[in-house]
Amino acid sequence: MCADQTSQAGTSRRRAIEIFLGGGILASLASFLYPVLRFLVPPTVVDLGGDEVVAAKLVEIKPNSGKIFRFGSRPGLLIMNSDGTYRALSATCTHLGCTVQYRPDLREIWCACHNGIYDLNGRNVSGPPPRPLTVFDVHVRGDEIVVNRKREA
Amino acid sequence: MFAALIRWLDERLNLDGLLAPFKHKTVPTHRLSYWYFFGGITLFLFIVQVLTGILLLLYYRPGANEAFESVQYIVTRVQFGWLIRSVHAWSANLMIFTAFVHMFSVLFLKAYRKPRELTWVTGVILLFLVMGFGFSGYLLPWNTLAFFATKVGTEIAGQVPIIGKPIMIFLRGGEEVTGATLSRFFGFHVAVLPGLVTVLIAVHLFLVQRQGISVPPKLEVQWTENPSQRREMKFFPNFMLREMMAWYVAMGVLGALAAIFPWNLGVKADPFVSAPAGIKPEWYFLFMFQTLKLIPSKVWFVDGEVLGVLGCSLAGMLWLLLPFFESDQPARTKAWITGLAIFALVYVIGMSVYGYVAQ
Repeated sequence: MCADQTSQAGTSRRRAIEIFLGGGILASLASFLYPVLRFLVPPTVVDLGGDEVVAAKLVEIKPNSGKIFRFGSRPGLLIMNSDGTYRALSATCTHLGCTVQYRPDLREIWCACHNGIYDLNGRNVSGPPPRPLTVFDVHVRGDEIVVNRKREA
Repeated sequence: MFAALIRWLDERLNLDGLLAPFKHKTVPTHRLSYWYFFGGITLFLFIVQVLTGILLLLYYRPGANEAFESVQYIVTRVQFGWLIRSVHAWSANLMIFTAFVHMFSVLFLKAYRKPRELTWVTGVILLFLVMGFGFSGYLLPWNTLAFFATKVGTEIAGQVPIIGKPIMIFLRGGEEVTGATLSRFFGFHVAVLPGLVTVLIAVHLFLVQRQGISVPPKLEVQWTENPSQRREMKFFPNFMLREMMAWYVAMGVLGALAAIFPWNLGVKADPFVSAPAGIKPEWYFLFMFQTLKLIPSKVWFVDGEVLGVLGCSLAGMLWLLLPFFESDQPARTKAWITGLAIFALVYVIGMSVYGYVAQ
């Protein structure tokens, strides 16, 4: 009986040592892994574009044509209609992210990647795009065409 | 669950058969056994280099206009980027240090002798390649110190008669150290050298595995005379466990050094500024650098630099082939090889210290 008790004490002591040792090793491995995982996450890029951008000069765009402009880190599409009015939309197709273009022959916005079509209000009218394009505000200031993100109402 | 997986693998791969060579392998146990750990620690630090190197590659961009900025980005913007870079730099230095310790311990314990000549040769080539890693990696942050170290280093290679100039132009990717040099060094550092070193490490370890671990000759004589004195431990798991403990300690030392003394980035290289005062190569090149400095500019009719470079290359070649200079009667060469080893050790340490304190 006495021997049995000793061996029981020995087993639990061994178990305690195993837990401390294993726990210590696991904890130190975690402390090596944590910085590595954080390192893998790329720092967020600050979008210096702001809410307003000069999309084009008046002379750069003709009626019934479109121009891709840079809005922060993403492309935008500026369209001059035949009647001389302007429209600006996000140029990133809502399907799989290709950059769309204005089709003067169709007077619609077309994505070459999977034949998605949007009307001039950005609504997805045919093809795979699931959502409409975001529409921006456009106004003319001096000889520049300025595009703004729409203010949330 | 885990046991089931092991059984599944065992049914297909015969794990016992696979591990048999490691189970039969023994490691001699004696008062100098500790020196056996340094090869393993060097291997561990190499693994650390590969892993941290891959991590740095995620953000590093080679090129004279981008390299410095990308390293700056790593150490300032990327989370724990400073730590990963610091570990890479510290591990590189520690690896070269432990490789030197390993080499001298092999030399003093006479482990390079027949039949282990090839292990020595691959080991010395590995040391040269690791120094090449140090030299090429040093340039990658494209800071002033690196720029001038590379200029001087490649200029030294250019001193060798006939083949020197083409070697220099090959290394630099042109007449001068420019962005082209950086591209080349980047390629050497992340593709050429890792490939070569990995293959050589495999050969080196295969030889160690095949031939077993050497016993110092004096002890071997004692053990042969009196077999009851022979002390050995199993490589697996006994020595392996001790080796893992050594790796764990190495990891602790490395982590502490990297965290407490983060590696400096310095100032971006500009080819049109003067070299800063007190410029010196990395410590592992100091003994050669100091030797070159001490040779007069003309020795008889030979250029001092040329003499120095040729001398160093010759010494390197002889060092590589050292085991082949031992005669079949070890007693006759024992004394002078030990003498040479002591001289080399004292010379390397002495010249390094001299180079460090000298202006």
